[in-house]
Amino acid sequence: MREQLPVLIIVVPLLTALLSPLIAYFASKLVRFLGIVAVFTSLLCAVGVLRRVLTEGTWHYYFGNWLPPWGIEYVIDPLSGVMAVLVAFLSLLVLIYSGPFLREEGWLKKGIYYALYLLLTVGLLGMVITGDVFNLYVFLEIASLSAYGLIAAGGDKATVSAFRYVLVGTVGASFYLLGVGYLYAITGSLNMADLAVRLQPLMDSQAVLIALVFILVGMGIKMALFPMHGWLPDAYTYAPPAVTPFISGAMTKVMVYVLFRYFLFIFGPTTGYVPIILEVLGWLAIIGIIWGSVMAIAQSDLRRMLAYSSVAQVGYIALGLSLGNMLGFIGAIFHIINHGMMKSCLFLVTGGIKWKTGEHLLGKYAGLGRKMPLTMGAFLIAAFSMVGLPPTAGFFSKWYLILGALEKDLWLYLVVIILSSLLNAIYFFRVIEQAYLKKAPLESVSVNENIACSVACVGYNKKELPLTIMVPLVVLGAGILILGIFNEPLISNILQYAFPGGGI
Amino acid sequence: MKEFLTEHFIYCLTFFMFLLGPYGIIFKKNLVKKLMAMNIMQVAVILFFLSLGQKIGGTVPVQISGVVGAANYINPLPHALMLTAIVVSLATLGVSLAILSLIQKRYGTLEEDELLRRMNQ
Repeated sequence: MREQLPVLIIVVPLLTALLSPLIAYFASKLVRFLGIVAVFTSLLCAVGVLRRVLTEGTWHYYFGNWLPPWGIEYVIDPLSGVMAVLVAFLSLLVLIYSGPFLREEGWLKKGIYYALYLLLTVGLLGMVITGDVFNLYVFLEIASLSAYGLIAAGGDKATVSAFRYVLVGTVGASFYLLGVGYLYAITGSLNMADLAVRLQPLMDSQAVLIALVFILVGMGIKMALFPMHGWLPDAYTYAPPAVTPFISGAMTKVMVYVLFRYFLFIFGPTTGYVPIILEVLGWLAIIGIIWGSVMAIAQSDLRRMLAYSSVAQVGYIALGLSLGNMLGFIGAIFHIINHGMMKSCLFLVTGGIKWKTGEHLLGKYAGLGRKMPLTMGAFLIAAFSMVGLPPTAGFFSKWYLILGALEKDLWLYLVVIILSSLLNAIYFFRVIEQAYLKKAPLESVSVNENIACSVACVGYNKKELPLTIMVPLVVLGAGILILGIFNEPLISNILQYAFPGGGI
Repeated sequence: MKEFLTEHFIYCLTFFMFLLGPYGIIFKKNLVKKLMAMNIMQVAVILFFLSLGQKIGGTVPVQISGVVGAANYINPLPHALMLTAIVVSLATLGVSLAILSLIQKRYGTLEEDELLRRMNQ
């Protein structure tokens, strides 16, 4: 059984996803429980695999004992292990959180929601742990298709933004697949480790350059890198509150992870045309950071503001990758983990506030600090972490990025990181000012009071939010602090082994 | 001419079809046309992969007695990969048509200008 752990990460949620509409038909209460159990099993398997990988080295899992490069293999090294744990963890929290939002729905909608959500989890986990570039494409499409479906469930405007996302996302996936086609034409292989070996003598050929550009464009669209970020604000704004935290926290991060896989493990950061491409990536990242932050200041809808700030934060991660040195890589991966948690936490808060007051506009947040102390407390921690105040986790990832930039004497990057932190401070303090310093208007009533009371509880109104919404929020808020304080063990025990040539 | 047709033509064709996708998505105003352009783009990638597997004089990759050697058979791997890609593009098409029917039901139009105007009302 222990030998099968890597595949269980995928198979358990996949089977549950396929069964959940059926289960929902017969017992619509059970499906939520089973979904949580499935993702929890997946998380446990991921943790188990990561623990073994850290002591015994990279774990290769061959499907049907077909050896690579012929068969498909799952490869779990410290990098993909950490990513798998992160994705499964976020998925579990958001799945717990989504319960109250679906309480009123019929069995069909419930079953399909859980099926799509689990498929999204499966797709992202699969992208992280697969060792085959075409298999990665299939998982990418599984994740994207379920994300389209989930976003479209958010109402009228959501359908239009979901359709736009379908078009743009499919263009991205086609570019990626074309890049894979070039790699296959050059080397005749699709296995990542095999590609890395076969590509080394060919790195100077123009076909490799074209493959590089196609893969960068494809993944750039999917991760909302600066000029290709157009789909993101609408999709995040109109998606249903129960799924936005997971999509915003995990999806773009996994796409950046794929770029890491390609540039560090398959192409190698210093060979052939890769340094030029990385430099272009760095410039796009810088423009994205500034543009995202400036646009975020201009928004009055909190969700839209967070969406634009996502564009900026993806820029940070791309910047770390483009630095091409160990400190930059560590900073970028640490920022992937941090931003996954911060952005999920922030969107959990917006969903919670929406649940309580029905408002998304910043102007309506007055006095929330007193009315919802725990929720806004989590928001405060996450916001501080986004700005980069110590001891929250965001400070340390920015610190590593700055160290990496200084190692290469790129003072411009330093200026950009500090400038964007200031911009972050502006737009988050606007929210904090509203919530803590302004007095609440008198006529505020909770919109969900009637529904909630008819469903379950007397005395519900005394509580800030239902427990299932509250717990993930507090866990993530505390997680950001813990991650910040204990960042040193994480980096020295796991992340520094995550890169080729690291950990010496 | 024959050389062009057998060697480069297929690449020019797939390149043209691939660019047709972004062109249609950006410049066409009807959402269904945009969707068709997207699908053409996917088909271009599929054709590109299939052309990688072709050989002049190669036959179906099922072993025939008397025909020995890899040179006599076309490469089956791209075909196997593209079966998956076709399924993916079918699924994408299904999802996007479902979303389109939702848009049509809610806003009563699939023309982009009209749609944007009705959305902002």
